[in-house]
Amino acid sequence: MTDARSPAPYAPSFPQDRTCPYHPPAAYPELAERGPVGRMTLYDGRQVWAVTGHAEARALLADPRLSADRKNPSFPVVLERFANQAELDIPLLGVDDPEHARQRRMLIPSFGLKRIAGMRPAIQAIVDDVIDAMLEGGQEAELHSAFALPVPSMVICRLLGVPYADHEFFEGRSRALLTAPTAEESGAAREELKDYLHRLVAAKEAHPGDGLLDDLIADRLRTGELDREELALLAMILLVAGHETTSNMITLGTYTLLEHPGQLAALRADPALMPGAVEELMRYLSIADGMVRVATQDIEIGGHTIRAGDGVLLPTSTINRDPGVYADPGALDVRRVARHHVAFGYGVHQCLGQNLARAEMEIALSTLFARIPTLRLAVAPDEVPIKPGDTLQGLYALPVTW
Amino acid sequence: MRISIDSDVCIGSGMCALTAPDVFTQDEDGFGTVIPGKEDGAGNPLVKEAVRGCPVQAVTAGE
Repeated sequence: MTDARSPAPYAPSFPQDRTCPYHPPAAYPELAERGPVGRMTLYDGRQVWAVTGHAEARALLADPRLSADRKNPSFPVVLERFANQAELDIPLLGVDDPEHARQRRMLIPSFGLKRIAGMRPAIQAIVDDVIDAMLEGGQEAELHSAFALPVPSMVICRLLGVPYADHEFFEGRSRALLTAPTAEESGAAREELKDYLHRLVAAKEAHPGDGLLDDLIADRLRTGELDREELALLAMILLVAGHETTSNMITLGTYTLLEHPGQLAALRADPALMPGAVEELMRYLSIADGMVRVATQDIEIGGHTIRAGDGVLLPTSTINRDPGVYADPGALDVRRVARHHVAFGYGVHQCLGQNLARAEMEIALSTLFARIPTLRLAVAPDEVPIKPGDTLQGLYALPVTW
Repeated sequence: MRISIDSDVCIGSGMCALTAPDVFTQDEDGFGTVIPGKEDGAGNPLVKEAVRGCPVQAVTAGE
């Protein structure tokens, strides 16, 4: 491996924990100051390229010489829990075109802007019901479990046709998949989820419903375009990605707005700012903070040569604070035009569910602050439990009162 | 200016329609399209941002 043969003297470890829930870890700004392309060191001692420049990151993420193929033996293992990733079938996010495009194009119609716009009344009803239940519970709540998690769980269940009654099972296994310390534990959760979705597909074949999984059974499974294993794996990715990501954004977005009262006041005074505020929160919070790729050919970038077989890491929190693109990037500014951020990724793998996520965040945050105008933290701001750097960024819990 | 979208490349991100909604939309299948009559960009300065924002460079604005 080229990068292991010529280690760089400055290569901070990845991932690192955030000390403030909404700022990148303390070491990342220095990495960015040293140049748009640097190095970081993974848990197993391997050095990989770390791309912090916005232009360089976008160029690389759009470059077909960078691969997302987890079965490539040179693909970096960033966490011990993913040590056996090369043995797993990971559709969509773990494969390259043309396989990726074949899978994605089956799903694109269900996540189009018009379909998502059509879901807005249902999302609004879900948000209102969840807030009703929270308000009935008294004068305080733990917002993550009482609001931020159930909303996207209910929405993705409705979209896919997964029974929400099973939410404790799939939420728990999803959490284990994404946070368990070892590959064995993460893998066991993955198998349980996959078995569950196999059983659900079988049940739906016998008794069809009206979700995306039912459509895929009717349109793709029966025609032979998908087999049951691939369908179960796709369903698992959609289910996990559909609730874990958005729930973290709602919790951390709420915390961040409460900690920036001037910004929250501006948003309350002009609700039309909300779509832009969601983009700014995506940029500012960058909860999926570390995309990973492997080079399949040599690539010249930022004065460096990334060799075939080298690992490439793209810490979104730092890319999205490139001062050459965003003025005063460390400031939250809901009036900012935050376009071109890479919080949803960039290139062919950019988040399939991004417009569903936008709709959920807009409706959840605007409704929460409109219906509970006195919402505030129930603990000191530095007492909220922050998730570690090795998973989606966010808070384990957000105690609030009103 | 002549704007076009390569539908074989488009991944349905919606970035063009979100960035310049007066020029771009999505079809019923979620793929980006130019609104009929707006193929010349209608002088909209956001077209340039939409071209830049497309994650897969499916949007082109040629002379």
